[in-house]
Amino acid sequence: MKAAAFDYAKPKMLSAAIALLAEAGEDARLIAGGQTLLATLNLRLSEPSILIDITNLDELKGISVIGNQLRIGALVTHTEIEDSKLIAQHAPLLKAAVPHIAHRAIRNLGTWGGSLAYGDPAAEWPACSLALNATMLIAGPNGERRISAQDFFIDLYTTSLEPNEILVATEMPIASSDQVFYFHELARRHGDYAVAGLALVANKAGNVLSECTFTFFSVGATPVMATKAQALVEGKSLNDDLIASAVAAARGEIEAIADITNSAETKQHLIGVLLERGLKHLIA
Amino acid sequence: MSLKKKITLTVNGSVVNAEIEPRRHLVDFLREDLHLKGPHLGCEQGACGACTVKVNGQIIRGCLYLAVQADGCVVETIEGLTKIGALGDLQEAFMRHNAMQCGFCSSGMLLAAAELIEKQPNATREEVREWISGNYCRCTGYHSIVDAIMAVLEARAKGEKIKPVVALA
Repeated sequence: MKAAAFDYAKPKMLSAAIALLAEAGEDARLIAGGQTLLATLNLRLSEPSILIDITNLDELKGISVIGNQLRIGALVTHTEIEDSKLIAQHAPLLKAAVPHIAHRAIRNLGTWGGSLAYGDPAAEWPACSLALNATMLIAGPNGERRISAQDFFIDLYTTSLEPNEILVATEMPIASSDQVFYFHELARRHGDYAVAGLALVANKAGNVLSECTFTFFSVGATPVMATKAQALVEGKSLNDDLIASAVAAARGEIEAIADITNSAETKQHLIGVLLERGLKHLIA
Repeated sequence: MSLKKKITLTVNGSVVNAEIEPRRHLVDFLREDLHLKGPHLGCEQGACGACTVKVNGQIIRGCLYLAVQADGCVVETIEGLTKIGALGDLQEAFMRHNAMQCGFCSSGMLLAAAELIEKQPNATREEVREWISGNYCRCTGYHSIVDAIMAVLEARAKGEKIKPVVALA
């Protein structure tokens, strides 16, 4: 199918993009990589009056380290994350996650910020940003505001972004030398959306984990943390018994939602499979 | 509201000026306006990879990219890359290994394979399968396609080149 007609504008300044967004109203859509948007336009699931192409906005570009924070611009592509030495050094979880995102031709265009702003619960970046305690930098008509990833993802494809706001970048603490991580997703075909996935981050000393985040994705309406399971392993020596308790806790506290091909029970089961694999990986 | 936009881009080495509707995606523009029939349209949802072309040196899905976004960009299709011989050894390996099948997916497969060879010259067979899984082959001919790509990787690792038997167009 072909997209319905729409207008197109490509502002050069962030302020101009925000003004255009306000002027165009709720029928406007921002386009960066467009790797989800174009598919929905082609299927006429979305019929915006205008696309505002934000790929000229310099404020939204680049990966940098500022003090102990890693800043990733909203326009940074999945491929840039895949190839970045700064990411490999300071956010190895992202480096591990990126090959799971679709395929190279899509990673070459799709963006970090686009994935976050779209808020797909099956996508990798919302879960990773939550696991790494990222802060979203958002620009709107009243200036900039910051919000934690924890408060950003509200519901299915719903974030706290207002219709006249633009996600500029995210900041997250850089990985410390004792930080360990595990990323895995179960998918029908490599590159497909996950049936269930886990982004696990913790600090590790010997077999003792602290500051654990177990973030599951593609199991609920947003990425979701297994806070009880996290608390259970926190500060204790990891062994098979503790892993079994954590698995039971995670299965008990997360209420999985079925998708078109997988039942809630399957996903509930996979939550435990992923956590068991992740924790065993950390003590192997 | 004028729905047509003027764009200037470079396609296979030639500067192209056009006036197009913003909703026209790149592959329709290449096929219908420029009569470049190498890139194919399959699913128009980014799943099948038949529409793969290069923009500014990187492979992209031509159905998930608007022609208006390509304003000021360098676009390369199978036609242009064949002409300059960039894919010569891959094309020869595809023919030798019977990886062409019906040929509908081949232009996308070749462009995707070329980027793999550039980015991961030491790719394993498993990595080749993973990479090429982004391009559908409905002849179920992946085995021969993977064989062909592996042959090029192995030849290049030895510093050899598979010489085309068929003269380039």
